[in-house]
Amino acid sequence: MKLLATLSLLGAAFATTLAAPVALTDTGGSSLLVRNATVYTMTHDAAAALNGTDVLVQDGRVTAIGTALAAPAGTRVIEANGRALTPGIFGGLGHIGLEEIGLEQSTGDYAQRLGQMRPEFDVTLAFNPESMSLVVHRSNGITFSVLAPAAARGGSLVAGLGAPIGLDGSAPAPARAMFVDLGGDANDLSGGSRAAQFMLLRQALVEARAPNLVMVHHERLLSLSGRQVLLEFLKRNSLFVLQVDRAIDIRNALAFAREEKLNVAIRGGAEAWRVATALAAARVPVILDPLDNLPDSFDKVGATLTNAARLRAAGVTVAISINDTDVDDAGKTRQAAGNAVAHGMPKWDAIAAVTRVPAEIFGVADRFGSIERGRTADLVLWSGDPLEVSSLPDLVVTGGRVQTLESRHTALRDRHYERVKAGMAR
Amino acid sequence: MIDLSSTHWPRALLAGVMVTLTACSTTATVAPPAARERSVIAPATPTPYPSTYKPAASVPTLIRGATVLIGNGERLDDVDVLMSNGKITAVGRTLEVPTGAVVIDGRGKWVTPGLIDVHSHLGVYPSPGVEAHSDGNEATSPSTPNVWAEHSIWPQDPGFEAALEGGITTLHVLPGSANLFGGRSVSVKNIHAVSYQSMKFPDAPHGLKMACGENPKRVYGNRRQLPSTRMGNVAGWRAQWIEAQEYMRDWRQYEARSAASAKDLRPPKRDLRLETLAGVLRGEILIQHHCYRADEMAIVIDMAREFGYRVSTFHHATEAYKISNLLAENNICAAVWADWWGFKMESYDAIPENMILVDAAPGGCTVVHSDSAEGIQRLNQEAAKGMAFGKRMGIDIKPEHAIRWLTANAAKAIGLEKRIGTLENGKMADVVVWNGNPFSVYALTERIYVDGALRFDRSAPRNLPESDFLLGQPAAAGVIR
Repeated sequence: MKLLATLSLLGAAFATTLAAPVALTDTGGSSLLVRNATVYTMTHDAAAALNGTDVLVQDGRVTAIGTALAAPAGTRVIEANGRALTPGIFGGLGHIGLEEIGLEQSTGDYAQRLGQMRPEFDVTLAFNPESMSLVVHRSNGITFSVLAPAAARGGSLVAGLGAPIGLDGSAPAPARAMFVDLGGDANDLSGGSRAAQFMLLRQALVEARAPNLVMVHHERLLSLSGRQVLLEFLKRNSLFVLQVDRAIDIRNALAFAREEKLNVAIRGGAEAWRVATALAAARVPVILDPLDNLPDSFDKVGATLTNAARLRAAGVTVAISINDTDVDDAGKTRQAAGNAVAHGMPKWDAIAAVTRVPAEIFGVADRFGSIERGRTADLVLWSGDPLEVSSLPDLVVTGGRVQTLESRHTALRDRHYERVKAGMAR
Repeated sequence: MIDLSSTHWPRALLAGVMVTLTACSTTATVAPPAARERSVIAPATPTPYPSTYKPAASVPTLIRGATVLIGNGERLDDVDVLMSNGKITAVGRTLEVPTGAVVIDGRGKWVTPGLIDVHSHLGVYPSPGVEAHSDGNEATSPSTPNVWAEHSIWPQDPGFEAALEGGITTLHVLPGSANLFGGRSVSVKNIHAVSYQSMKFPDAPHGLKMACGENPKRVYGNRRQLPSTRMGNVAGWRAQWIEAQEYMRDWRQYEARSAASAKDLRPPKRDLRLETLAGVLRGEILIQHHCYRADEMAIVIDMAREFGYRVSTFHHATEAYKISNLLAENNICAAVWADWWGFKMESYDAIPENMILVDAAPGGCTVVHSDSAEGIQRLNQEAAKGMAFGKRMGIDIKPEHAIRWLTANAAKAIGLEKRIGTLENGKMADVVVWNGNPFSVYALTERIYVDGALRFDRSAPRNLPESDFLLGQPAAAGVIR
């Protein structure tokens, strides 16, 4: 169900100030003109933001981008006064809609612990579009993320299938990606050695590609449905997302992908900068956490704040996602992108890394990641610089609808601020 | 791989609440126990494991023409900051250059006191997070006030130098939150050393880490022992305080008889657990209490009243905003994040305005903390996130006010408000020069001074990492962290 934008008391109270959040009651069907914005279209042909630009939204679609656009009768006009307008921000690979409380397993559906490799485990079937976390993140400018199954102890290094979602609560996108964990963190899932990880993956591919292969039960890795799903996945050349940090493991993963003709992306990639040339040559994107600079493990001895900048300089496609995957972590992708800029990543690339690039990697660039004529509107108007921690959205439009800036968080805030102001102690 | 049990410490387990008691309130409703109990002599030992910290050699340094956030709420534009002999000696316009002083062009730069993180596990849960490095929770008994976090600190944790680049010059290192009484916490200067004692902040009070809520009851409840419930937590604490009172009584009796020259006296046996608790009851050790929920913090405040001690700081305190006035009335700081929520049930009601609402109560004491090797590198950004949400609700916090959450208030929370936390004359010259407004995501530290000595200079990167662990690692060659 789509949440309807509502007129917020807070927004109403601020309606006279220029930089105030925009409170609207229209929810589609009507039109909206954002006038005089600094527009980050993030389209392929763009290289800089468009100053003094208007964006017209009609019936949920962007119908015009230009200067001095006329507002058709009945159009709600928002004066941006030069504020930044970007596509909605990426919330990363994580558990939005898959868990409510990190430590409460009864609220978490992001991992199977069946003790078997089940590539057919499709985590999108657990997605809860009414989790309050969607509303919280959306009100802070995040409009899409990826449901990423986790490789958990008691499960398999092949975590299963995930997919992108829109934070308007719509159904997960049909595109599926397969999530796989490699490296030391996954040793417990591969008999104690990372060498066994490629062995297991290769066996799974053999079983999938030879559906008529006769095997005795105890030698089999996959169920019948697992073989079918994996085969179909391979035929479509769908994306394998490989969680891997150590430089040599990334090299081995690239070699494996080449031999097996797999379409892969690297996730994590703490030492990816050390194999940047190979990644660029293989045209393999890296989905990384720019804040990941400590040698947390012996797979990350080369971790650095300059990872993103160095990869971009080498021509590698970079998207940004925080490594932590709890529901709250999605809120940090924008801050992480800002830090990447502080450590040398070009700002345009950093914004792309949290908009267009992840939308392309996960096959939803038609709905997210850029502002283009004809597209369903997915826009955020920012109170300041779009990557600044001091900025927040004044307007969020996604799925073609103006979204509320209210959430469970603002409800808690308002209730208890009243109590504080009244001098109540307990 | 997701694994809540072993080598990677999930932050929810690290997230411990500390309470620090400070002695600067005039409004405290809890009578300071110090006057009544001070006559009791602690078990007769000199301060063991003393600080061997020595300020590095420094030259007088004048930072010219910068925007200066003093740390006491003041902002001064286009002023000079002078450091001599390791102290702040002047802040003002067009100061005279002392003979031999180094002059730094501060135009366009911002200067703040060194940042202080009151909640760190650097050194006790160091990188790399291998099993052998799990030194932060003595999770073998729910009550371990006998352990000292400083005895677990590994000075070679690469996290220290990463935190330094974020402007952290002092940090308070705590045990984890598995236990009701987790052990003593310690303040350290962020310098590189071989022994932790060379980092140990001289003459700083210890803290005592306590923990509310889910962590103790989960850890011990799973073993079918007390505490397995929140009521068990409270019973567990109270039993220990009663023991501590008896211990103090025994010592008092012994001292009285000793003073009366009684014969054949034997001193009571020293007990390291009760020694720490008695230190709290005497007002010498500051309570750093991990506690998320408002209702539990209120219970803890009543418990402190029952036993005559004060809570310095509630750590994490994700529901502090629900009891801002109660905390302020009791002169208790809340050390908080901006945007951690939902990682455990007791953090479900966390909101990014928490720090704003704590600050909004008259006398409220907001502290921004990290509890994270990543977060400690950007405490300034953590505060900036909260400020953004404050602005959205119509509360515009100025940089000169917010910096207190990372400096003066933090110093107060760990009992060091007379030594660090502001750029006032006579304070230790722990100073950060930023390339712009520190509450920007793009801001970087340029120069960092500890006790007046240049500790970090971004324009002259070190050739080698400070951490011995990273020396000679092929994978770390060419790393600029």
